[in-house]
Amino acid sequence: MGNQEQMLRDIGIVDFVLVELMEYLDTHPFDRNAMEYFNHYARIKNQMSKEFAQRYFPLTVNLAECNKEWSWGAAPLPWEGECS
Amino acid sequence: MWNYEKRLQFPVNIKEPNAKLAQAIISQYGGPDGEMGASMRYLSQRYSMPYREVAGLLTDIGTEELAHLEMVATIVHQLTRNLSMEEIEKSGFANYYVDHTIGVWPQAAGGIPFNACEFQVKGDIITDLVEDMAAEQKARSTYDNILRLVDDPDVCEPIKFLRQREIVHFQRFGEALRITQDKLNSKNFYAFNPGFDRCEDCNN
Repeated sequence: MGNQEQMLRDIGIVDFVLVELMEYLDTHPFDRNAMEYFNHYARIKNQMSKEFAQRYFPLTVNLAECNKEWSWGAAPLPWEGECS
Repeated sequence: MWNYEKRLQFPVNIKEPNAKLAQAIISQYGGPDGEMGASMRYLSQRYSMPYREVAGLLTDIGTEELAHLEMVATIVHQLTRNLSMEEIEKSGFANYYVDHTIGVWPQAAGGIPFNACEFQVKGDIITDLVEDMAAEQKARSTYDNILRLVDDPDVCEPIKFLRQREIVHFQRFGEALRITQDKLNSKNFYAFNPGFDRCEDCNN
């Protein structure tokens, strides 16, 4: 697995924590520990997404900084898979 | 409003095509208990939800279901790409192929097209949440049935992830029902519909 794939997997793992905490907090809105976890992992996710955009391609359009080429449009699509 | 993130919620990298399996798994794209019905059910039910926390939960789970829809489509796509004409004929994929080539179209495993009648928006919070809990269990059973047909780990792992999410969402909807009942008259939960009836004493 290349660095790009590994980093994408790591982002997926951190984001999964956020999805799980978000839905948990929707029904447990006063759980302070869960909120602390959420804030912690949200910061990590932001940092990782920025780093990934600088090294490879923007995962979201707000992270696309385009000069010569429209980097958002050139990014690989998720259904292509690693072995396409 | 939605934003798109160009990655799958869980990685899908299938090396071996298998058209026969794709025809079973496509049911979780457009079949009776599939992800299209799931996402549309929750995202449509939101508007008549009288309690903000429950409408918020429906938004967040409905959004996650769209990510699951994309994962299922990816599995079907990767199982059907690079098929030879011989494989298409041998695997029984010809009937699908004649209408859609190897495009991904929402249908059940038996070929029935996706239909909004596969879910309901009743506009009654208890009715809708009980449907949502049942829907999660029906999808869980479908994934269990799919897992009995799969021996390729490349297919098994993402299906196992999707199956686990059904169980978590069942739990969350159960909590939403409990939150709802805490707000209603404990002597008669059905005394009025908080999404429709005006009730001065019991509106909160």
